[in-house]
This record gives sequence, C-alpha cells and structure tokens, in this order.
Amino acid sequence: MTDKSYSHPTRRAVLVGAAGAGAFGVAPFLTLRRAEATPETMKAAIHRLIGESPVKKGKVTLDIPPLVENGNTIAMSVAVDSPMTEANHVKAIHVFNEKNPQPDIISVHLGPRAGKATFSTRIRLADSQSVVAIAEMSDGTLWSDTVEVIVTIAACLEYN
Amino acid sequence: MARTLINVPPKAKRGQVVEIKTLISHVMETGYRRNETGVAIPRDIINLFVCTYNGTEIFRADLHQAIAANPFITFFTTATESGTLEFKWTDDNGQVETASAKITVE
Repeated sequence: MTDKSYSHPTRRAVLVGAAGAGAFGVAPFLTLRRAEATPETMKAAIHRLIGESPVKKGKVTLDIPPLVENGNTIAMSVAVDSPMTEANHVKAIHVFNEKNPQPDIISVHLGPRAGKATFSTRIRLADSQSVVAIAEMSDGTLWSDTVEVIVTIAACLEYN
Repeated sequence: MARTLINVPPKAKRGQVVEIKTLISHVMETGYRRNETGVAIPRDIINLFVCTYNGTEIFRADLHQAIAANPFITFFTTATESGTLEFKWTDDNGQVETASAKITVE
C-alpha cells in the first residue's frame, strides 16, 4: 500500500519533469537540429532576398540533372537570357531549395562586365525536391526557372 | 587555409567573353553532422567569394551550406584590358584565402 501510494506521485513527478524538460530543454534543441526547409521557408527566404515583387517564369535556364545518384555533389548551372549591357543586364541570380536544412543555396551578383549571365557550381541536396533559380534584372523584373530533382543518396545524412 | 586552382585564359582579344573557373579545397562543414561520439561538428563554410578585375569587382557569390565541399565556381567576364584578376574566399572563421591570375588582352 505505502509502496504503491509512494510510487504514484513519483511517477507523475517524473513524467511532469520529463514533459517540462521536453518543453524547455530538449524541444528547442531538437527543432534546431531538425531544422528543415519546407516550401514555406523557401518562400520566406525568397521574400527576404527579393521582396514581394512578382516573379515570372522564363528567361532563366536552370541546368541540373533530373535524376541524381549522390546528393553530396550535384553539378548545377544557371544561364539567363540577357544582352548584358549597361541598360539591360542581370544584377543577381539566387538559387533556393525546398527540403535541405536551409533554403538558400547561392546568390551571385554580376554586372554588365560579365558579358554572359551564366555561372555554374556544385551543390548538395538532402532529398528529392524542386530547386528554384531567380534572376534579378537591372530594370527590376524577376524571372525564374524550377527543376524537380530526384536524389537517391541524400546529402547531410552521413556520419563521420 | 586551403589550396586553390584557378583557370583563366592567359590571352584574350579585347571584348572577348572569357570563362573563369575556380576551385578551392574546403570541407564546407554544414553544422548538421555529428561525429562518432554524437557531438555536433561546428559549422565551417566559405560564405563569400569575390572576384576583382584590376580592382573592380566583377563577380560576387554568397555561399550557403548547400554548396558542396571544395567549392567549384565558374563564371564569365569580358576581357577589357590586360591586368590581374584577384580571387578572394572568406570562411566562417574569418579566414581569407586569395589567389590571382594574369590576363593579356590584345
């Protein structure tokens, strides 16, 4: 009897304590570790960088293989159709993803001296997802291209 | 900090658009991985790359964790005059790596 009545509050205390730890100690840590970009966080990242201006499809060609075996290095290149003159050139190209821990991939800043609004690099993708490239023109218009990429071995999962 | 590899054509005609290729060895640690004892490996990435042509900035890139290890970046520029292209990478620890290449414009 005494044993039982003793064990009840203890178990409750333990549970309450655990819940408290979960709410105040462990939970923020977990959310930090499990940070994952979602289509919403990608939109937020886009808004943060380029504002609320409308983005039109076209002019941008985002070149990524649609089926990727290893998500740790994926060749990506972005080309924008622009004459690259003082009056009409690409100011910046931003690339975003949907499901990596962070939504940003790269932002490049160019000018009329580039001659050709093209760059390439190698990226990491944590999951099959869509990748968006947005070009910011000198006249303020925004153009984009989206590619769906299937990744068989994801990046960010391997341990040392 | 790291080894770099630059490819700039040594000679170009005036007004010609030339391709520049850059590579730097760097782990680009995302901060999301853990070591074998479960301790998070701190983030360490190159977050900024700048290229200047005779002192004028012609290309700048803000890099994030989604850039693969050993960042490889290629881009274009118009050969305007003979001179030096300077490349500068900055990482999270504030370490800076530089490289340069000469170009002769005819």
